[in-house]
Amino acid sequence: MQRPVPRQTGEGLVRGIPAVLSVVSAFVIWEIYVRVSGISPLMLPAPSRVLEQMVQNRVLLWDNTVPTLKATFAGFAMSLTVAFGLSIILDFMPRVRRALFPIFVVSQTLPLVAIAPLVVLWFGFDLTPKVLLVALVTFFPMLVALVDGYASTDPEIEDLMRSMGATRGQTFRAARFPSAMPYFFAGLRISITYAVVAAIFAEYVGARAGLGIVILNAKNSFRPDIVLAAVVISSLLTLVLFAATALLQRTVLRWRDVEGHR
Amino acid sequence: MTALSLNDVSVTFGDIPVLDRINLHVEQGEFVSILGPSGAGKSTIFRLLTGTLPLQTGTISCAGRENSFAFMPQRDALMPWRRIIDNLTLGLEVQGIPRKDARAQVGPLLGEFGLADFTTHYPAQLSGGMRQRAALLRTIVQGRSIQLLDEPFGALDALTRTQMQTWFEDRWRAARWTTLLVTHDVREAVALSDRIYVLSRRPARVIAEINVPIPRPRLGRPPSAQAYEIEAYLLETLLQQTGETS
Repeated sequence: MQRPVPRQTGEGLVRGIPAVLSVVSAFVIWEIYVRVSGISPLMLPAPSRVLEQMVQNRVLLWDNTVPTLKATFAGFAMSLTVAFGLSIILDFMPRVRRALFPIFVVSQTLPLVAIAPLVVLWFGFDLTPKVLLVALVTFFPMLVALVDGYASTDPEIEDLMRSMGATRGQTFRAARFPSAMPYFFAGLRISITYAVVAAIFAEYVGARAGLGIVILNAKNSFRPDIVLAAVVISSLLTLVLFAATALLQRTVLRWRDVEGHR
Repeated sequence: MTALSLNDVSVTFGDIPVLDRINLHVEQGEFVSILGPSGAGKSTIFRLLTGTLPLQTGTISCAGRENSFAFMPQRDALMPWRRIIDNLTLGLEVQGIPRKDARAQVGPLLGEFGLADFTTHYPAQLSGGMRQRAALLRTIVQGRSIQLLDEPFGALDALTRTQMQTWFEDRWRAARWTTLLVTHDVREAVALSDRIYVLSRRPARVIAEINVPIPRPRLGRPPSAQAYEIEAYLLETLLQQTGETS
């Protein structure tokens, strides 16, 4: 009855081909359209021009990518820590959960467009407001995922733990926490895609440097090619972070791959 | 020596009486089954014993320590994220035994449970029968004095169930664990038990107590006339409870 863990690398490459093809053909169509229609590069620059600008302005772009990355990582680290800590507190104290959960939901209804300028106003042009905004945006999906994940624990496993004489803490560590991991990774993947965008938006509202500032300046000087160059970088950042979480998930949830291939 | 006795144990959920003055006892080394219609409250008795449910009225007394039960739930309840070996040592880990010592305790038993080659597998990689054997071993290694088995073979297909019952009878004859089995399978109860308690419909009362003095092994060969007789009697008693007697 032995079912070996399948190797997935080759399979994954083959599966990726349609996605790569569709992305490439979208760019090709765009390039052809720009060349055939003769549209002004001030309206719509061709992908080749965007690429050219990325190479030409690589120092500027890199210098401004670093602060965005810093804000993203610091904000994400903060929201991850807080989400984990809070989720554990909420799991052990249902009353606190009922008291605080509405506040977290309300925090998600605040429009970023309105909140961002206020946060910048209160905390200045440095890293702090960006970190806070990234944390605000990414925190909730992870918290909800963790809290729901704990609740998803198989009641029979909990009965079993109780019959073994496990303490509340032991049950949490051995049963509830591992049960929540698939949920957590679902939340993490959603959060990570918001993180870079939130950092750029926070910069857009007020900062000294960052991709948001590049976009703002390029827009004001009618340079859609540079706007798009910054957009490409922001997309790439998000993709890399997304891939990193997928890789982490694969390692942590190895047992699920096994299950998926029954 | 009496290992466990329940005296006048009653349970109500809200207004609904579930157990009605249950009296039963299990002797040391004895195999006792609780047989009853579905939803009669058989599992409620186990929940009382494992402490999932607080005792309302009546007394439960058992020889020895406070926590003397090892419980095997209906479905195997193996943790899908733990390898088989780590599932087996779970109970010992909860007792505070270091992982290395726990593995050393489980090691010698792996062979007779047919799990020696599968310790590093995840539960999802094993067949239903093997998972059930793993769940049983996880129960046994806890070293408790009484094994509580809640329909351990109920989720298996008919063929695997028969194989598992035969295998289990062998294991039990060798080890003589004091066992309390909950089941609604008459044949299983007769094949495995020294004594059988029959419960009524909810609220559950003990309506019959039957000795099964059939020599072992009973499985793996045609059932004796005596076994047929007991099965027929039990079936009739149960059918009366469900109101479908002819």
